[in-house]
Amino acid sequence: MSTWKTVCELIEIPVLGSRIVRSESEGDIAVFRNAEDEVFAVHDKCPHKGGPLSQGIVHGKSVTCPLHSWKIGLDTGEAQAPDVGCTKRYDCKVENGMVLLNLA
Amino acid sequence: MEKLKLVMIGNGMAGCRTLEELLKHAPDLYDITVFGAEPHPNYNRIMLSPVLAGEMGVKDIILNPLDWYRENKINLHLGKKIEKIDRVNRTVIASDGTKAQYDRLLLATGSSPFILPVPGNDLPGVIGYRDIADTDMMIEAARLYKHAVVIGAGLLGLEAANGLLLRGMDVTVVHIADWIMERQLDKASADMLMHSLEQKGIKFKLNASTSELVKGESGRVCALKLKDGETIPADIVVMAAGIRPNAELAKAAGIHSNRGVVVNDTMQTYDPRVYAIGECAEHRGVAYGLVAPLFEQAKVCANHLAMHGIGRYTGSVTSTKLKVTGIDVFSAGDFMGGDGTEEIVLHDPSGGVYKKLVLKDEKLIGAVMYGDTSDGGWYFQLLKDQQNVAEMRDSLMFGEMAHASRVGDVGHQGHNKAAMMADTAEVCGCNGVCKGTIVKAIKEQGLFTLDEVKKQTKAASSCGSCTGLVEQILASTLGGAYQQTNPSDKPVCGCTDHNHGEVRKAIVDKHLLTVSDVMKELAWKTPNGCATCRPALNYYLISSWPHEAKDDPQSRYINERHHANIQKDGTYSVVPRMLGGLTTPDELRAIADVADKFKVPTVKVTGGQRIDLLGVKKEDLPKMWEDLSKAGMVSGHAYGKSIRTVKTCVGAEHCRFGTQKSMSMGVKLETMLFGMYSPHKVKLAVSGCPRNCAEAGIKDVGVIGVDSGYEIYVAGNGGIKTEVAEFLVKVSTDEEVMEYSAAFLQLYREEGYYLERTCHYVARVGLDYVKKIILDDAERRKELYERMLYSLQGFEDPWLQAVKDPEIRKRYEILAV
Repeated sequence: MSTWKTVCELIEIPVLGSRIVRSESEGDIAVFRNAEDEVFAVHDKCPHKGGPLSQGIVHGKSVTCPLHSWKIGLDTGEAQAPDVGCTKRYDCKVENGMVLLNLA
Repeated sequence: MEKLKLVMIGNGMAGCRTLEELLKHAPDLYDITVFGAEPHPNYNRIMLSPVLAGEMGVKDIILNPLDWYRENKINLHLGKKIEKIDRVNRTVIASDGTKAQYDRLLLATGSSPFILPVPGNDLPGVIGYRDIADTDMMIEAARLYKHAVVIGAGLLGLEAANGLLLRGMDVTVVHIADWIMERQLDKASADMLMHSLEQKGIKFKLNASTSELVKGESGRVCALKLKDGETIPADIVVMAAGIRPNAELAKAAGIHSNRGVVVNDTMQTYDPRVYAIGECAEHRGVAYGLVAPLFEQAKVCANHLAMHGIGRYTGSVTSTKLKVTGIDVFSAGDFMGGDGTEEIVLHDPSGGVYKKLVLKDEKLIGAVMYGDTSDGGWYFQLLKDQQNVAEMRDSLMFGEMAHASRVGDVGHQGHNKAAMMADTAEVCGCNGVCKGTIVKAIKEQGLFTLDEVKKQTKAASSCGSCTGLVEQILASTLGGAYQQTNPSDKPVCGCTDHNHGEVRKAIVDKHLLTVSDVMKELAWKTPNGCATCRPALNYYLISSWPHEAKDDPQSRYINERHHANIQKDGTYSVVPRMLGGLTTPDELRAIADVADKFKVPTVKVTGGQRIDLLGVKKEDLPKMWEDLSKAGMVSGHAYGKSIRTVKTCVGAEHCRFGTQKSMSMGVKLETMLFGMYSPHKVKLAVSGCPRNCAEAGIKDVGVIGVDSGYEIYVAGNGGIKTEVAEFLVKVSTDEEVMEYSAAFLQLYREEGYYLERTCHYVARVGLDYVKKIILDDAERRKELYERMLYSLQGFEDPWLQAVKDPEIRKRYEILAV
């Protein structure tokens, strides 16, 4: 079952930036926008020590965690080698300038 | 478009390193074909000795497994020796008839052992020592036979002798010169080495030349006859009397060669389509036989193959280290000395220690060490850097520790003896990495550089204070194969080949104003950089073009993007500005009120004389700032690569010893520097008298009041490695303190590399240079001062901006679903 929900307008997320979306069931989710206007959503916790990924620097399709610089792939949620770990990812898309998030 | 064809002849360390570098630069430029005469993928040839000695297996020394070739779509021909290069048709032809066309050809054919021209040199049982097959043959011989003779007591010969001895053979080394390893050691150290090898059981014949290898009944070699008539039994004879570059193929194709294939500084041969690299190449008259220079060559060669056209190879200084377990020998440079040189020698024959340092014109030009080689890496660095050692001369012999302790250096930036550390000793205190883990990673994963060790083990990847130590461990594990890179020359990060200096120069020269312009101009390899390069670029832009380049918040580290200090749980800390550490009851009341209102769990007084409110939620930040702003308080910049605090003592305002008004001086300095971003954090202090209660001696700029004025000290550091600030100048007025301090900081802002503290900057350029600009050139000092004031003009409090500007304020809000 898909449960797409509208989060905000795309322009409300800075290019190469993010917004935090708070969900009662899932906790904080980081929604990112990259230079190509693609959007990604992952659980806002680094698999390393729980750092808020939403506050990291975004580059390509990755974000660097602000606490200890782990690089997390935004499309997979996986840490880049040699680090090992994974954070939950969510389906996320842009339709008519609105960012939609699927929490299912 | 069809890709260009690159063919590489030879599949060894130099060639494969070139391909690795090339694939990093231009992964899609070439269709690559590799011909290797051996049936193995690229392996670490310098580790054959431990294989022979039984300390490692063949699979342990493979550097590029077959998967690597597959993943990079390299067409690999193993066991095929190229017989001919047809330059007219740009084709190479292998022994089995395989042909390959090329647009670029890379010769990486290596070298061969020199086989003595004596009768019997082609008998079964007579071999060189070069590859896995030779090693296997020696291991096999050790199983079947008793007597081994090694011809040549160089590095390779001794390692072969040691290996065969450990495999149970009776080994004699025949050597033509007066002492062993005469290319690397002087007589004294060589005698000590020979003595300890004799104690292990190896026999030596010096001043001995071979006249004949005698054939036994089985048709195999059975003995070696010396010119003086003596006969030594030998079931296996290992020729280790030097190497010859494999240049025949190039010579036959008409490519100019002397000993090796002659190349220019870009590793090109006389045929511009053909490059040569490694042991087969001859550069400026030298054909290198050690691995470190080959890696430098590989970098340059790859750069040109990738058509970047930057990078030049200008030759290498080499050092050697013998890989015989339990025996430590090190030598580098011109260790024999001669006219115009001086020697410092320490010789303790019964203690088994010998060190000789050769100096010329107050510089170290050579070193030989036996027994205790733990400082080898340090000496080698001094030698390569051509550093003047006059000042450390009296402690030079006793190594880096002695030198470091003499200058009162309590830091620990690798000032330990890496080689003497136990495997269980912790090297990296941030990430909990011990020496054994690092050594294991270096050996098993074939690591050669600091970056590789950082990536694979995490050692030295956090605060970096153990970098020197990790480099020493690399040096002591790899020996001559380790090549330290000069940090200033390192690329900014993996996204570019340009170093910090080049990036800043491009920004200044070409008037670049945005991060993406810089990336375009300098051909960045990634679409929008990474968390390492973007903040650096943003800093260089805003510091080079104040009021022109626009600050890019997304290229700022989170603390500077949100003007608060991120903590381990994702909350922030807020530090309001208190000029010079002075505050008022009203300010304290405002702080107490916000702490109550926003339920701040921890309130702490900082080292910089401020009050830190810890544990603030991101969404509360603007609200808290709004309250603080109303009370007249602004951002304290405690979170940034920026001006942090000016710490002051009470001074002449109240103190009975005070000679100058340190509080008001501090307030003036901090007011002037409000909003100053810099390569790294900047801390100041002002003390009112030489008792120096504000601890000005460990600040980036420290001002100490004396009766007749102020003394200004610069480039101190109280952090990772304590550095005592150095005296810059004595001035008499407050205005001069402002001018000189600002001029120094502006120079640092314009020339310091991103994340380089003032102490590192001054160490890099030299205090004399700084003095020349700030003290001797009044005009430049004034210009620097004015540029500082200009770039700080109109700086708006970032807290107030976030309060007033709804667009900015939105960034702190949390969305809901």
